[in-house]
Amino acid sequence: MAETFQFDLVSPERLLMSDPVEQVTVPGADGQFTVLKGHAPFLTTLKPGVLDIRSEDGASQRIYVRGGFADVNASGLTVLAEQAMPMEEVNAEIMAQQITDAQEDLADAGDDADKRAVAQKRLDDLKDIQRWLKVE
Amino acid sequence: MASLKDLRNRIASVKATQKITKAMQMVAAAKLRKAQEAAESARPYAERMGAVLANMATAAAGAEGTPKLIAGTGRDDVHLLVVCTAERGLCGGFNSSIARLARDHARELLAEGKTVKLYLVGKKGYDLMRREFSDNIVERIDFRGVRQMSFGEARQVGRKVLDMFEAGEFDVATLFYSRFRTVITQVPTVQRIIPADVPEGTEMISDGSVYEHEPSEEEILADLLPRNVSIQIFRALLENGASEQGARMSAMDSATRNAGEMIDGLTLSYNRQRQAQITKELIEIISGAEAL
Repeated sequence: MAETFQFDLVSPERLLMSDPVEQVTVPGADGQFTVLKGHAPFLTTLKPGVLDIRSEDGASQRIYVRGGFADVNASGLTVLAEQAMPMEEVNAEIMAQQITDAQEDLADAGDDADKRAVAQKRLDDLKDIQRWLKVE
Repeated sequence: MASLKDLRNRIASVKATQKITKAMQMVAAAKLRKAQEAAESARPYAERMGAVLANMATAAAGAEGTPKLIAGTGRDDVHLLVVCTAERGLCGGFNSSIARLARDHARELLAEGKTVKLYLVGKKGYDLMRREFSDNIVERIDFRGVRQMSFGEARQVGRKVLDMFEAGEFDVATLFYSRFRTVITQVPTVQRIIPADVPEGTEMISDGSVYEHEPSEEEILADLLPRNVSIQIFRALLENGASEQGARMSAMDSATRNAGEMIDGLTLSYNRQRQAQITKELIEIISGAEAL
């Protein structure tokens, strides 16, 4: 049995999870990474994606997050998610809504190249997830 | 002296008012529980955010090209006061104490020759501030239709503040709200949000270990700082929500009690007058009988 570490998942509205876990796969902005006990201190932004959590007893849980931060340090992993919900609650309708929002953001961005790039990237990420949902 | 009928009417009307204040008190109590829960469950995020920010800010401090949201613009000529109040009245001194704090602050800044801009969140704040500072109000917003504050509303406010900052419309932003301590004490609070105020004594997580950053440190800060502004506003709105209900509950409680006292007093004088009238009638009958 692998060693466990403390994992906290918080969204602005509430604390969603605070448990010892075995491993967590996080959708980092520059690619997915998996955190095990003793991971080097690490701070990254997240892209929209799925957190894959394997808890102490081997049960795994998947949570959809839309952007935020992950902070790995000696005391464990903290994910500050902009929005988070269990994967079971995510359906095509919610994804479609999120994509519409992202498209609006892109439209709002106007001529600002930086903002456009950010909004475009977010939209692409969301579309990836939607495609992936349909495959399942 | 009011007639018996007048007294009866007054008692009836005070009783009706008492019923209303009593109902409002109970509604506020129910809403308070929800608002308090929301405020408390938002705390972990804000606290962790503060810790991460404190870590990065201390690392970035002094370095070349520190983001303006931490370092400031280097001036403090133009101040933006973000004043968060409630949408409704009848909640004791809640709105006016926030407004008073903001007003004092604004007067002080004006006396120092600084420019003051006001961003009013909530309808009551506008009602209270417009007389004195109508020229200083640059923006206002109210959330009358919103039942439960969500992060979306805070982000809306935050984005507006950031847009103004990026456009160079102000140098320092300060947030005014009421912190919820207990049901009967709410503390009007001033908090500087731009440049970010790293709270003293924030627990430092880094034990001197070197963080790896992905993407670069600057990019993370560029993402984290604007979000921090929205988070602080969100927190203020939730604290405000809980404070408002708490203030309304205690205001309505004392109003109900007042009405009770008033009813007692009125009933007493009503009974006294009724008795006096009976006595008067008796005397009239007796003296009439004696005269015969």
